[in-house]
Amino acid sequence: MNKTLFNSGHTACAGCGQSLAARLVIDAAGANTIVVNNTGCLEVFSTKYPETAWAVPWIHSLFENAAAVASGVESALKYLGKKDSINVIAQAGDGGTADIGLQALSGMLERGHDILYVCYDNEAYMNTGIQRSGLTPFETNTTTSPIGAQSLGNLRPKKPMPEIANAHGIPYVATASAGFPQDIQRKVKKALSIKGPKYIQIHVPCPLGWRHEPGLTFQVGKLAVETGLYPLIEYENGKLANVRKLTQVKPVSEYLKVQGRFKHLLNNPEAINKVQEIANYNIEKYNLSEVTT
Amino acid sequence: MKEFLEGSMAVAKIIKLCKPGVISAYPITPQTHIVEELAQMVADGHLDSQFVNVESEHSAASLVLGAVATGVRVYTATSSQGLFYMAEVLYNIAGMRLPVIMTTAARAISAPINIWNDHQDVVSLRDCGWVQLHAEDIQEVVDLHLIAYRLGEDKSMMLPVMVCMDGFVLTHGIESVDIPSQEEVDKFLPGYKPLYKLDPENPLTLGPLVDPEYYMEARYALEQTQREALVLIPKLTAEFSKVFGRTYNGLIEEYRTKDAERVIVAMGSVCGTIKEVIDELRAKGKKVGLLKITSLRPFPAQNIYEALKNVPKVGVVDRALSLGSYAPLSAEIKAVFFGKAKKPTVISSFIAGLGGRDITKDSIKEIFRLLTTKERQCEFIDLKPELLKESYE
Repeated sequence: MNKTLFNSGHTACAGCGQSLAARLVIDAAGANTIVVNNTGCLEVFSTKYPETAWAVPWIHSLFENAAAVASGVESALKYLGKKDSINVIAQAGDGGTADIGLQALSGMLERGHDILYVCYDNEAYMNTGIQRSGLTPFETNTTTSPIGAQSLGNLRPKKPMPEIANAHGIPYVATASAGFPQDIQRKVKKALSIKGPKYIQIHVPCPLGWRHEPGLTFQVGKLAVETGLYPLIEYENGKLANVRKLTQVKPVSEYLKVQGRFKHLLNNPEAINKVQEIANYNIEKYNLSEVTT
Repeated sequence: MKEFLEGSMAVAKIIKLCKPGVISAYPITPQTHIVEELAQMVADGHLDSQFVNVESEHSAASLVLGAVATGVRVYTATSSQGLFYMAEVLYNIAGMRLPVIMTTAARAISAPINIWNDHQDVVSLRDCGWVQLHAEDIQEVVDLHLIAYRLGEDKSMMLPVMVCMDGFVLTHGIESVDIPSQEEVDKFLPGYKPLYKLDPENPLTLGPLVDPEYYMEARYALEQTQREALVLIPKLTAEFSKVFGRTYNGLIEEYRTKDAERVIVAMGSVCGTIKEVIDELRAKGKKVGLLKITSLRPFPAQNIYEALKNVPKVGVVDRALSLGSYAPLSAEIKAVFFGKAKKPTVISSFIAGLGGRDITKDSIKEIFRLLTTKERQCEFIDLKPELLKESYE
């Protein structure tokens, strides 16, 4: 087995996309890295005292402040003259990034700190029991956006975090997916080769919260990309520089039907169609289709 | 060297001499002059420090948390709502045993919004695990910062320390202040040598999840360290006095209490006014005195007991409230004497100077006048009853 900086023995659920992505990220970054982690699943399942999964220096403070704590780590390294030799990664879940941590993240991006921020997007507050976040997709059934006689689940589409990050004028923004492991590592390495603030948002399936088979994590991650619901894109210096083209665009129903969180949509063509419209919008906006018209 | 300085400038000068590698703050009145001056020192190349402007107090506290965890001496400053916005981070810093040093310009809290001095902000945060030192004048503010760094960064402590200075009264007041030389400061305060830090050469996990098997012990250790600070603070002030020639106890200060029949207990700048009134009353043969609390946390219960056990009448002045209960400082002073054989016959509680209402010499005289055998509970001084008659009905 290859040496990893994120060791086994932690307490993540079977099939956890976040633990997989976190390992890929830190192994791509290497041992000369300091990690700052927001509160959330990853922090909880990887550092239960007196054990830790982390073979790199790692700090957790609070739910919303990883970007600010990381700014302090980076400032201290600058003062010590060590910034050029040590990577700083701040990481958080989708709630810790797009909701409660957005202010601290915006400050970190605007100030130009040399930090890679990684958002592990499992599309709800999974650590507290599947409550909706600003990155929960449209019509998702969560414990705080439940389905009912007057509800098809979450009322709003995902907050456009990559665009929000990009609007700060930072040198690198990317999306990635646990369904494409090598792509995650390529993007992390690329990001860390660039000075300044970087933002990578990784789609990480959560079998518990999404209610899919734990063995389907890769497939579910891939389907989100292949349907156009989770476009894999890269912005460099504000401009869309790269997208993962789709040779065959799959209908969103293929993605929805394997997940319990969308089960209520399956006999509702109108509701599925609204999700399809989101995928179509993405495909057009980012020019995802290989097929030229 | 003695200089005629605004309190904020004096703080900036002493912080510069302490050489923090990372400074971060967010603007809030009346703390701003301190950080503006530090920003200018960095801009002029007179201070080698990373000065980071953040988007909130929450991030200012978080940023210095990250920097000190990386092994670098840090500084921040705030006040009032800013302190409250930091609150969650302040508890976290103490629990993580990180020696952040902060100046707090003590100020009223909203609502109603009010930018002037009282102690409602700092006193509300008394339980956040930080050492909390209160200064009477600008010289003491300066000196307490030196002690704060020594204390917080001591390997037996690893505690954050908050130096409280009364907003406007001390931040914007001007006094003659002795600012020590760099050589003197370096002698008293060597560079920060962290007990633990974020370092790829020796990877540590800081801030892990701690379950019921271990949590109580972590909090117990913090509590014990606070108590041990009661021993270290007077040692440090004794050492301080050898280097700088100024003498403090660091926990309390007794002013003409030895034979006093009536003693006021207070914190902060009002102690200067109280001392003046005491001198006047003493000249008229009145046996009055002051017990100044410098260290609210750790709370020097034993020192307070020794200072007040033979005083018949004690009046505690709170510039803060614990709404719906006893005034905070008065409750703690009373707790010192519960069950004790030797104790004052009366401990009365007075609320004064909220939201910047001046506590004048007449206010102090009124408090002494009200220090009779009748115990007073949360007696508001200088309240304007006519304003309370306004009504919506």
